[in-house]
Amino acid sequence: MRALPWLYLAAAFVFIYLPVGALVLFSFQGGALPVPPFDGPSLRWYGEILADRDLTSALGHSLAVAFGSSAVAVTLGFLAAYGLARHVLPGATLVRGLLIAPLTVSYLIVGLGLLIVLTRLGAPLSLMTAGIGHVVINLPLAFAIVYASMGAQQQNAERAARDLGASEAKVILLVTVPMLAPALAAAFFLSVTLSWDEFIIAFLLTRFDVTLPVEIWSMLRSGLSPRLNAIGSLVFLVSVTVVLILELLVFRKRP
Amino acid sequence: MSDAANTQRTLDREGLRGWGFVAPALLWTLAFFVLPFVVMGAMSLATLEGRTLVWGLSPANYAELAEKAYLWRGILVSLEITLTVTVVSVLLAYPLAWIIAFRVPARWQRLALLLAILPFWTSYVVRSYAWLLVLAREGVVNRTLMGLGIIAEPLTLANTRLATVTGFVHFFVMLLTLTIFANLIQLSPNYRRAAMDLGANAFQTFRHVILPLTLPGIVTGAFLTFVLCIGDYVTPQILGGNTELTVPQIIMVQLGRRADFPLASALAIVLMGIVTLAYLASARWLRLDRL
Repeated sequence: MRALPWLYLAAAFVFIYLPVGALVLFSFQGGALPVPPFDGPSLRWYGEILADRDLTSALGHSLAVAFGSSAVAVTLGFLAAYGLARHVLPGATLVRGLLIAPLTVSYLIVGLGLLIVLTRLGAPLSLMTAGIGHVVINLPLAFAIVYASMGAQQQNAERAARDLGASEAKVILLVTVPMLAPALAAAFFLSVTLSWDEFIIAFLLTRFDVTLPVEIWSMLRSGLSPRLNAIGSLVFLVSVTVVLILELLVFRKRP
Repeated sequence: MSDAANTQRTLDREGLRGWGFVAPALLWTLAFFVLPFVVMGAMSLATLEGRTLVWGLSPANYAELAEKAYLWRGILVSLEITLTVTVVSVLLAYPLAWIIAFRVPARWQRLALLLAILPFWTSYVVRSYAWLLVLAREGVVNRTLMGLGIIAEPLTLANTRLATVTGFVHFFVMLLTLTIFANLIQLSPNYRRAAMDLGANAFQTFRHVILPLTLPGIVTGAFLTFVLCIGDYVTPQILGGNTELTVPQIIMVQLGRRADFPLASALAIVLMGIVTLAYLASARWLRLDRL
């Protein structure tokens, strides 16, 4: 009976790590099928994907969309949080509700709505339109994170700066932003991770230049392949690195 | 000029400045979220005649959902899969969160939790592919079992509802472990001590004290699971193998092959209706602000 919790814990970890473990292990496979028996380790497939033009350009697109859309989302989210926290606005509750609303709708529906509007307008689909969609889904998160961390201690420092003659722009750039740096970093990195992984909006709203998840999706049609294992492992490595940075830099500071 | 008028003017200027900060985010949300949503609603009431779109207030798409078997069956399939996934994930995650919260020594707790949810951050296309790798006919499980001589013929694991459910459960066990853990760790040990002092055994303490106190966390996690699961296209598409289609898969078919935007919109509206019902059903216990 005493061992039961530990057995359960072990079984749960096996279940949680089985797919990731198989993915990473067989990315080092020597042969053309990523299944047992393991005949590696070999870096052959990593070499192949790094030489693959479609994949490397999709990787570049993904990074551009992730960083670009996150920068926009965090900037807009921060400004809105500042406006709502520092000014008394009529209808503030409604505005907050509207800004948070996209969180409650599935990505597929966000993408579908944008696709309909863009097609009606005859606007061409591109990385830009995918980026617009990613801002829509990340703006609520960025806003909520920054808004939640705006407190009285920043307001006092802002007042002091203003009394000493700083302009509003100076107050924001030299007082508010530095004091909110952990929240802004958390919002930015969370936004980057979500955009980097996002598939369905990018799938619906891009045409010729695609992001990495969309490129991986089109590779999936040819079935199991060690190239997919290699690229999947790399993507996982990037996400885990960002999460660990976030954990170490941002969340450690909380008591 | 009177003081009151002066104050009023400062307030107006202040308010205007406040709106200046809020405006970019608000306009973005209105233009790229609210407007598309309204257009989608209108689209669900339009019809296709041949290839031309006719705007109007026609209930034809919704009627079609009730009439055509592959459409209403899709809604049922989605509901069945989502409910199964939600229940199974809660049942598996609760003990895991419990063990990490109360059995793992304090100094290892954070590490155990981090490890338990790390693969959560795998790209979700890649995660579904990884399960395909494990479950496919020529996949890891079949090859291993055949290599060990336990089975002679490969088992059919992929391209089934079981595979879809497994892929989903894997993802949501991690999510729920996180939300339930956060809930458990906030409980003061005094509740348990008090219950024990009053003569409750371990099961009674759990049933009458811990479970009611953690219900908000469970329901919040279950609601998130429901919402994310019912709207997902990738997992059923990769692991379910087109034997039965869920609503998101049907939406994608309408968009792709048939360019039937009105029907796709109606399906999306139904999907949102289901989520709203789930919200109303669980609203009593939901603590979305605590996430």
